Amino acid sequence: MASRSADLEIEGLVKRFGEVVALDGVSLDIASGELLTILGPSGSGKTTLLKVVAGFETPDAGTVRVDGTDITLLPPARREIGMVFQNYALFPHLTVERNVAFPLEMRNVGRAEIERRVAEALGLVELQGYGKRLPRQLSGGQQQRVALARAIVFNPRLLLLDEPFGALDRKLRETMQLEVRRLQRRLGLTTIFITHDQEEALVLSDRIAVMNKGKIQQVASTTEIYERPANDFVADFVGESNIFHGTVTEVGSVTLESGRRLLIAHGAPVGTRVGVLMRPERFGQGVNSFNGEVKEAVYLGSSLKLRVACDDGVELIVRQPVRGPLPAAGSRVSVAIERESIHVF
Amino acid sequence: MSRRALVVACAAIYVFLMLPLLVVFPISLSSAPYMQFPPPGFSTQWYERYLDDPQWIDATVRSLYIGAATAVLALVLGVPLAFSLARGRYIGRTLLDRIALAPLVVPTIILSVGLYGLFAKLKLIGEWYGLVLAHTVLALPFVVLVIVAGLRDFDRALEQAAEGLGASRMSTLLRITLPLLRPSLVSAGLLAFISSFDELVVALFLAGPNMTLPKKMFDNILMEIDPTIAAVSVMQILLVSIVLVLIGRFGRGLSGSAR
Repeated sequence: MASRSADLEIEGLVKRFGEVVALDGVSLDIASGELLTILGPSGSGKTTLLKVVAGFETPDAGTVRVDGTDITLLPPARREIGMVFQNYALFPHLTVERNVAFPLEMRNVGRAEIERRVAEALGLVELQGYGKRLPRQLSGGQQQRVALARAIVFNPRLLLLDEPFGALDRKLRETMQLEVRRLQRRLGLTTIFITHDQEEALVLSDRIAVMNKGKIQQVASTTEIYERPANDFVADFVGESNIFHGTVTEVGSVTLESGRRLLIAHGAPVGTRVGVLMRPERFGQGVNSFNGEVKEAVYLGSSLKLRVACDDGVELIVRQPVRGPLPAAGSRVSVAIERESIHVF
Repeated sequence: MSRRALVVACAAIYVFLMLPLLVVFPISLSSAPYMQFPPPGFSTQWYERYLDDPQWIDATVRSLYIGAATAVLALVLGVPLAFSLARGRYIGRTLLDRIALAPLVVPTIILSVGLYGLFAKLKLIGEWYGLVLAHTVLALPFVVLVIVAGLRDFDRALEQAAEGLGASRMSTLLRITLPLLRPSLVSAGLLAFISSFDELVVALFLAGPNMTLPKKMFDNILMEIDPTIAAVSVMQILLVSIVLVLIGRFGRGLSGSAR
């Protein structure tokens, strides 16, 4: 399958539904062949953004450009964008084959060519031999694959996936994630993936755009998003986190609102209000130590999760490797963290 | 209500509804020349009389094609109307919704008198297509109700998907929306047919000398009472039952889920 992948520029999109501002000035650039995940809670505007890109919603302001061409007002049928819907949106009265052939029939592709490309697309999603079945005769995962095959069979310039794995169980979801990633790489297809599942976003993406309240909070690589979130929302939404606020009282030291002082590697000038983020798994050895009482200990198999009420008033979530018996609630512990492991924003 | 009481109540209602049939059916096969129950003997003479009488056959055939034409016309008018009522956003939509269902509310006899005056001026009395027009008015609410219910359950993501895959509005309608709506279309069409096929009051006013089956039956009862009417009733009941079975098999109810 020859790729005709395009790059996408989104600029200043605004969309209101009555009083609700679904998109509040969203700008985003996506490179050709890139997989970008839009991550956000429900109601953050991510689905609206996707609908504007697909052409199902017209924005109140802003433009969408594919390869430099403005498509903001182009009807969906002429955008050459493949989309996988939340509930697959397979045509229930058509067989798998006819579903996948549909976009080709709409483009007046010849019969022999249709047959060849449908077979190829079903091969790509490993559904050879399922062509004559109706969608309802397939499992959720298989329906998902059909939707995927239908979205790529006409060689779209862009692939959009709207929380496609929401209805699948965990194991199947992981398989499908890897499969989408493999397929996307193989076809070099520019892809926007929408999810509210941060783990899924980390697994799949080249880059992640975190959205909240109609605004892009941060666009960055997966490691960047996790290690160096731009604000409270991103820090809190992606992964487990201990977030505190404080003021830089001397360079290299922050005094938290609780009065506790932390040594940091960040060079912010004295007097700056900052947020600090400590990921639970980053505790171990370090210059900042905390003494406290275990409120709760949860055994997670590969690690141990502790909720620690520290003597200086802060409460921490800490992950530790499993060593010996589970600490009892109420027992005393001491945890520490290196200044380099504290992210300041 | 307990389950048992519900069963008893349903059974009673069922018997009450079916009892007339239990009388009509034997009488249609009676050997006696008048209505007598239980019938003294068996004969098929009343069916023969119906089948041999060109007037009865004429009336039946006329009712069949008036019913069919009514179904087609009611669908042609009612389906676009239902789409507009279910999906449109415009001023006066609620009003139009009420007007579309008005024929259910207005007594048929009032409607008939009104139509009689109008059709007399238009010289439509006695014309079969005049009756089709009148029956379409009566059938329209059924079509609108059934199709609106079908559209309410329709997953519009399917239409978006089709358009996103390159289908024009027209292709989407013809290839996706209407085929998926087929059970509703079948139900609506058959209901429209039945509503016309069974209809008496309007036919009394507008049919003139051209008898429909219900009007012929009515006239027949006025003139003479013999078991022919029972035989005709049985035939009519059978036909309507077949249509209802078809609706059950291929169609879709007002509230039932799509098959």
